Amino acid sequence: MSIKPIERAASATPQSVARKVRGLSDRAIAWLFVAPTILLLLAINIFPLIWTVRLSFTNFRVNRPNREADFVGLRNYERILTDGDIWVTMQATAHFLFWTIVLQVLIGFTLAYLINKKFRGSDLWTTVIVLPMMLSPAVVGNFWTFLYQPQIGLFNYVVGFLSGTDPSGFSMIGEVALAPWAIVIVDTWMWTPFVMLICLAGLRSIPESIYEAAECDRASKWRQFWTITIPMVLPFLMLAVLFRGIENFKMFDLVVQLTGGGPGSTTELTSINLKREAFEKWRTGYASAYAVILFVTVFGLASIYVKALNKVKER
Amino acid sequence: MKHSILNSAAIAGLAIGAGLASSASAQADELTLCWAAWDPANALVELSKDFEKQSGHTMKFEFVPWPNFADRMLNELNSGGQLCDLMIGDSQWIGGSAESGHYVKLNDFFEQEGITMDDFIPATVTGYAEWPKGTPNYWALPAFGDVVGWTYRKDWFEKPEIQEAFKEEYGRDLKAPETLEELKDIAAFFQGREIDGRKVYGAAIYTERGSEGITMGVTNALYNYGFQYDNPDKPYELDGFVNSEGAVKGLEFYKELYDCCTPPGSSDWYMSENIDAYKSGQVALQMNFAFIWPGVEADPNVGGGKSGYFANPKGPGGHFAQLGGQGISVVAYSDKQDAALEYIKWFAQPEVQQKWWESGGYSALKAVVEDPGFASSQPYAQTFLDSMAIVKDFWAEPAYASLLLAMQDRVHDYVIAGNGTAQEALDALVEDWTEIFEDEGKY
Repeated sequence: MSIKPIERAASATPQSVARKVRGLSDRAIAWLFVAPTILLLLAINIFPLIWTVRLSFTNFRVNRPNREADFVGLRNYERILTDGDIWVTMQATAHFLFWTIVLQVLIGFTLAYLINKKFRGSDLWTTVIVLPMMLSPAVVGNFWTFLYQPQIGLFNYVVGFLSGTDPSGFSMIGEVALAPWAIVIVDTWMWTPFVMLICLAGLRSIPESIYEAAECDRASKWRQFWTITIPMVLPFLMLAVLFRGIENFKMFDLVVQLTGGGPGSTTELTSINLKREAFEKWRTGYASAYAVILFVTVFGLASIYVKALNKVKER
Repeated sequence: MKHSILNSAAIAGLAIGAGLASSASAQADELTLCWAAWDPANALVELSKDFEKQSGHTMKFEFVPWPNFADRMLNELNSGGQLCDLMIGDSQWIGGSAESGHYVKLNDFFEQEGITMDDFIPATVTGYAEWPKGTPNYWALPAFGDVVGWTYRKDWFEKPEIQEAFKEEYGRDLKAPETLEELKDIAAFFQGREIDGRKVYGAAIYTERGSEGITMGVTNALYNYGFQYDNPDKPYELDGFVNSEGAVKGLEFYKELYDCCTPPGSSDWYMSENIDAYKSGQVALQMNFAFIWPGVEADPNVGGGKSGYFANPKGPGGHFAQLGGQGISVVAYSDKQDAALEYIKWFAQPEVQQKWWESGGYSALKAVVEDPGFASSQPYAQTFLDSMAIVKDFWAEPAYASLLLAMQDRVHDYVIAGNGTAQEALDALVEDWTEIFEDEGKY
């Protein structure tokens, strides 16, 4: 007769412990197990959140410990929502978010579709393609500043060579019109492989039999693509969009290294702006209100999106 | 009898206590000195070896690159951290650090040790040590005098064909400029010119956005066109001073200089980028703090007489230069304050200050800089003296960080991004600063 694992675990429990636990209900034991995690979450997630909300109604500055913080009501929120400069950073973030997601989904899906067609060396190409996402964003930002350098940068040289223009005649990170695209290009270069991998997982999860059935029904490749591939990969694509959306909403390191938020405020995304308010200008109360607004925005949008994602998955 | 026993016990106790105290003060400590990571810091490491020998204390150093220096160190001070026993903090931190209790007040110590601020260059005392400004309350010892000045390619200036071409174009000899307009002419002259088979550019100027770069650069134009931080007769009255007609012209000048005469891609340059551009032969002129001059002189490409130095040229509204430099303070959270004060006492000695200058540090001690041989001791020594005589500093208020970042944003937005007009940028700056001072309860 074989002994079940649970019986083996029970027999291994020391008598002293067994006696103490015997008097506890299953529910109590369950609480005993989850309590440390809940306490940890309360301490490092929930308490700071509540504290941030509390600070957002004050003019507290963390660099001025000797000064009393006053309650200012909704003044911080009012200032943020009526500040034109904040809306400029919101627009910069929206531009970055929209174009990176569009480009990464289009290129990532295309690459996944091509890689999925098994060919000689496809594994090697997959490895090569995913290399950029394995690098540190700070490193990527730093070396792209060299690629974008007007006098010696490879990017400018290639553009100049292909278009016949002077490579030192334009500066990707120094010109207002080009800088927003400079950060989009780098983020797309770095994170398209991530979207590609998710799409690849989606494509490989489609059973071959569905395509065989479609072949029997004499469905064209085009029709198979639109009626089988896209609907079945859509939940994966939506997941990739969610991940990239959340990641890029809080994008910081890459852009700081690349442009520092400039020229002017052209590429100052909300996370960079928030960091400057909180840890450079030390406007803790104001920055707390700013963080609360961003949190509500991301949480709200993500919730709506997850609901939509679930609906797609149920179909 | 009972009293005498008690007295004896008390005396014995005091003696033991005193013995313990003296043995504690004689104990060798490990002191940590925090500063920016740059050439002068390396010179200080070498210099401090003498202190280690004399005192028995050991020195540790925490150096942070300039772009992150303020972030890192102000975080440390604000959190009451004990990483640093000695801090060579930026001049603008003095107000906040004094009011927040980060630095130890040094008046009693100075008096006790016979250190007097009259022995130091007045501008450095005001800039690095005093808070509130203009009052004899000292929180630091002037440690490193620094000021924005200019470096130029003397070897290019001396080329006959260049001199001839310049004279033909501008009708005057090519030499170190005396006014900002002359400086712009020279930069424009060199922009895109071919020298020794290479295309070169006019000037490397401060344009950095993230920390303090463009502010440290643009003020050299603003001051000399008439910009003032506030009404001299009514503190914190900004309108008409920050955005005066002269200030607007100064800001326009800086933008014109950026547009006409800087290398492509120089939209976010500060000290190190300017040094690189100059040493690699990209530019004829370089704006930078004086601390780089010893490095320029020693450089195989541009040193050894190939470079010249001049103070920030005057403008129609005056003759000033942006003050840099720092004072050395004892951190209030340190539990080795006695040893830290010992270091300051050692550092203030004239012979140590002399050695400091010789090893590449800019002493602020009058005995060193007023020595008859000082001006000729290095090719840049006279320029340093001329520049220190015309310095002006940014706000050193406790809210300096907010004031600085507001200026960074407004100036960068106009000069580099080309948004709006100079008048609009300075008007917006007045609004930002007014809001900050309102929060500070100044009105």
